[in-house]
Amino acid sequence: MSAGFTPGGPEDWWARQAQKAPEPQLPWPSVPWPPPPASSARQSPTPRLPVPEPSAWQSQVPASSSAPQFPAQQPPVPPSQPPAQQSPAQRSPAPSAPSAPSAPSAPQSSVPASSARQPPAPWPTAQQSPASWPAAQQPPAQQSRQFPVPSSSSVPQSSVPQSSIPWSELWSWLGGRLAVAGRGLALFGLALFGLVLLGALAATLALLPFLTVNLIGTDKRGDAAAAGFLAIVAWLTVGPLLLLWMRSLARLTRKLADRWCGVPIAEPYLPRPWADGGKHGPRQWLGWLLRDQATWRDLAWVAVDGLLGWLLALLPAALLFLGILGVFAPSFASGSIRFLAIVGAAAGLWACPWLLRGYGHFAHSMLAPTKEAELALRVRQLAQTRTEAIDTSAAEIRRIERDLHDGAQARLVAMGMTLDAAGQIIDTNPDAARALLFEARDASVKALAELRDLVRGIHPPVLADRGLTDAIRALALDSPMRIHVVSDLHGRASAPVESAAYFAVSELLANVSKHAEARQTWIDIRHTDDMLRIGVTDNGHGGADPSRGSGLRGIERRLASFDGVLAVSSPPGGPTAVTMEIPCELSLPKTSSSLGTA
Amino acid sequence: MRVVIAEDLFLLRDGLTRMLQAHGLEIVAAVDNGADLLAAVTADKPDVAIVDVRLPPTFTDEGIRAALAARREVPGLPVLVLSQYVEQLYARELLASGSGGIGYLLKDRVFDSAQFVDAVRRVAAGGTAMDPEVIARLLARNTGDGAIAALSPREREVLSLMAEGRSNAAIAQRLVITERAVAKHTASIFLKLDLQPSDDDNRRVLAVLAYLEG
Repeated sequence: MSAGFTPGGPEDWWARQAQKAPEPQLPWPSVPWPPPPASSARQSPTPRLPVPEPSAWQSQVPASSSAPQFPAQQPPVPPSQPPAQQSPAQRSPAPSAPSAPSAPSAPQSSVPASSARQPPAPWPTAQQSPASWPAAQQPPAQQSRQFPVPSSSSVPQSSVPQSSIPWSELWSWLGGRLAVAGRGLALFGLALFGLVLLGALAATLALLPFLTVNLIGTDKRGDAAAAGFLAIVAWLTVGPLLLLWMRSLARLTRKLADRWCGVPIAEPYLPRPWADGGKHGPRQWLGWLLRDQATWRDLAWVAVDGLLGWLLALLPAALLFLGILGVFAPSFASGSIRFLAIVGAAAGLWACPWLLRGYGHFAHSMLAPTKEAELALRVRQLAQTRTEAIDTSAAEIRRIERDLHDGAQARLVAMGMTLDAAGQIIDTNPDAARALLFEARDASVKALAELRDLVRGIHPPVLADRGLTDAIRALALDSPMRIHVVSDLHGRASAPVESAAYFAVSELLANVSKHAEARQTWIDIRHTDDMLRIGVTDNGHGGADPSRGSGLRGIERRLASFDGVLAVSSPPGGPTAVTMEIPCELSLPKTSSSLGTA
Repeated sequence: MRVVIAEDLFLLRDGLTRMLQAHGLEIVAAVDNGADLLAAVTADKPDVAIVDVRLPPTFTDEGIRAALAARREVPGLPVLVLSQYVEQLYARELLASGSGGIGYLLKDRVFDSAQFVDAVRRVAAGGTAMDPEVIARLLARNTGDGAIAALSPREREVLSLMAEGRSNAAIAQRLVITERAVAKHTASIFLKLDLQPSDDDNRRVLAVLAYLEG
């Protein structure tokens, strides 16, 4: 395809994408500053943006967005964007949304999650040059003309940021800090709630000795037995329930630590033993809950958090409260203490993102999986993927055996019999013998064709000959769709990885041609940071669901044997973008053939 | 006609030699690797080289590379590549130079010796011989938005037979039309693919190349 492309062809499209690349990098779109009414100045964009819900990332891509979204844990997607069929007007976010930054459905949700996680930028000081300000925070000149700030109306426009008080930024900064303090307050509430739960748990535990002592004191055997029974029932029902609550509390803390404090914490819990078909009863359930180390670590966390940890979370709000008291309650204290309170409030306001981050790290130290738990999880995952890999290869070998038995082997038997028959009649009826010989020849042609197909299904010769890129190009040439392949592989991955990647792409292309009604598909192969990344994007109608499609599941399983992952973004209406990542190293650098797209 | 054969399996090499000799072709060298092939074509200047794709030492696509190298050494050397399987990718690479004298056939085609020898002669004369399987896979493809899409179904039929390397007379016989009708179709194909009237053989190769790319 390298020769015959029209100016509107995909190569141009790639070039345009490359030029456009910096555009989506802006954390927020550089839309004209919305001319806000004076009362809505507080709503002017804050640097904080909504973090995409990891569970909802599949539907994160707006139909007009060209960048497939992936969960925050996933590395950024290679630029395997769909065709630029959207007009530039569709691509740029609607400028008529002054409150857009707080709406999750707004185009701003295409911000990389990593940048959204960073705490709000500190208030720019006068020494900072205007160039160091985030682009969208710089009010365009006409805005300061429309809403002249009293103290700066005569200042030249070029020096506006240094010498005037940009009220809108001040408000947005203050709003952001207040929100952070509010989150700290919420975390404090959570800690208190945990303390209440802990108290309830302690009360349940205390019920046993208390009831026993109390009822044995009445000196009636029946009552004592009833007391013991009651206590045990209380132990066995309320205790675990409270422990489960504790677990959801810890889960919530993990989620909030990720979202508010910017400290992601992994879940350390053991998987349910009955999840893969084991026995499921109260005993298994209790064993699962009580034998898990993480349950007890959660308990320790709730205790420590309830007794001490909340101090860190509450500090910003408390300092602020003291400061407000200092300002508005003249009887509160003498001058110097009032001054101290106000300074403290200012310091708290300034430092609250770091305080909250500190709280997140504190939570991480207690709630994250221990090294041991991490290793246990890893071993479990390895055992599972190994079993699956063995099952898959066994099934594959059975299929090959059956294909050989029913195909080429049977044809060779038939050929032998035909040749034998020809040998017997060659003297008496040479014409019939010749016909039989031709029949045998045709049978050999068919046997060869079947063997060829079989070999293609086991390990395509072109993959062995040329490696992944050319094998996928060959695949693209055989496909009924128009497929564009771009690759920057300089070397060969190991044969098993190549094979897994090849068959994954083959399966994806089959899916696309079966379900997506796509006219074109783009395949993007690259290797960076010891990671092989393959993006397959089509312009079909989207709506692919990895939880339903057994094909995608199969690919996921196959990749899992190599610690590879699959990410699918397929909003209804398309486009569908599938990205695979397999950690691997490349060897034997070779000069790739310079053929363009297929 | 003088032929060089490069095939690593002794039985096949021997069989090919016998078969071609039986049809009156002269085998000037029968080698089993790419380096010897290069030496043989530069020393003996054969009319055509028959090359297996898998040759030692790597047993991958040595044959394709050896064939292309031989054509660089001896420009215009007709080469017929034999393989257990055919790939459009390789077909395109072989035809990429745009000059004729290229064949790419499955090894199975050897079974029909008359047709095979015919293909050898065609390639030696500067024509092309693409395996019907390559063509069949092309036909399975949706015609995209390339120049090929502009062709009528009949013209596409003619082009696919042309790609197999058939002459106008053979195409006429196959499609049960007159040779003049075929000539009309081919002229129309050349026009639609924007191939200037020059050397007719060359134009046929370029048309096939456009077909492979489209």
